[in-house]
Amino acid sequence: MINFSHADVPLWAAIVGSAFLLVGAGLTLIGTFGLVRLPTFYERIHAPTLGTSWGAAGMIMGSMIIFTAASARPVFHEILIGIFVTVTTPVTLMMLGRSALYRDRSELNPGVPPKGADDLSTTDENSAETLS
Amino acid sequence: MTRFLPYPILTACLALMWLLLAGFTSGQLVLAVLVAIGAARALKALGEASPPVKRWLLIVEFIGIVLYDIVRSNLAVASILLSGEGRPRKSGFITMPIKLRNPTGLATLAVVLTSTPGTAWLDYNSTRGELLIHVFDLVDEEVWIDQIVNRYEKPLLEIFE
Repeated sequence: MINFSHADVPLWAAIVGSAFLLVGAGLTLIGTFGLVRLPTFYERIHAPTLGTSWGAAGMIMGSMIIFTAASARPVFHEILIGIFVTVTTPVTLMMLGRSALYRDRSELNPGVPPKGADDLSTTDENSAETLS
Repeated sequence: MTRFLPYPILTACLALMWLLLAGFTSGQLVLAVLVAIGAARALKALGEASPPVKRWLLIVEFIGIVLYDIVRSNLAVASILLSGEGRPRKSGFITMPIKLRNPTGLATLAVVLTSTPGTAWLDYNSTRGELLIHVFDLVDEEVWIDQIVNRYEKPLLEIFE
C-alpha cells in the first residue's frame, strides 16, 4: 500500500491537486443545491449529474496527481472509480426517470409527453391524447 | 483463439483492472490472467454477443468529443444553477427518432447523454426507434436533436454498425 508523509508532496503537485479537488467538490456542491432548489422532478435529475461527471472526475484527478507525486510512481487506479460511476449512473437515472414518467402518465398530469400510438396499454394513451 | 478466449478485449481489461487494484507482482499477474479468462468464459456461457467494432480511431475521437461536451455542459448547467432565477429558463421533453439499433451502441449513447449534465435519457421505444429525453435548458429543440444525431449518433453508427 501507499505510505507517505505530507512533506513528500511537492508544492506544485499540492497546488494542482488541490485545485482539481476544489473544482470537483465545488461542482458537486452546486449540483446538490440544484437538487434541493429546482422545482420539478425532471429538472432535479439533471443537477446531481454534475457530481457524477466532472465533480467525480475533478476529485479523481486531484487524488491521482497528489498520490503519484508523493509515491514517485504512477498511481491511477482511481480511474476505476470514474469508470464505474459513469457506467452505473444511467441505470439509476433511467429507473427514476421512467418511474416518474409512468406515474405522471397514469395520474394524467399535464406537461408529460403521451405514450406512443402502438404501445400496448391503450387506456393510458387515449386519456393522454384527450389531455394534450 | 475465440473458443479458448471469447472476449479478448474484456479479458485484457479485467486483468488490467485486477493488477491496478492488487498491485503488480508476478503472482498477481498469474492470478489476474486466470480470473479474467474465467470471467470471459463465464460470460460466453451466458451467450452474450460480442459487438463487432470496426473503427478504432473513431472511438478515440468520440471519447474526445464526449469529454469536451461533458466539460462544456458542466459549466453551462453550473452557471444556470448559480444564477438562480435571474433569467427565464425553459426545460422540456424531446421525442426524437434515432437510427441506432445496436444494443451496445444504445447503451453507449445512454451513458453519454446521462453523463452530460443537461440531458437525461428517459425512455426508448425499440419498435419505433424513438428516444425520449429531457433537456434542462431547452432553447431550441432542433439544435439539440441536431447535436445528438451528428455529434453522437453518427460516430456510434459507424463504430458499431
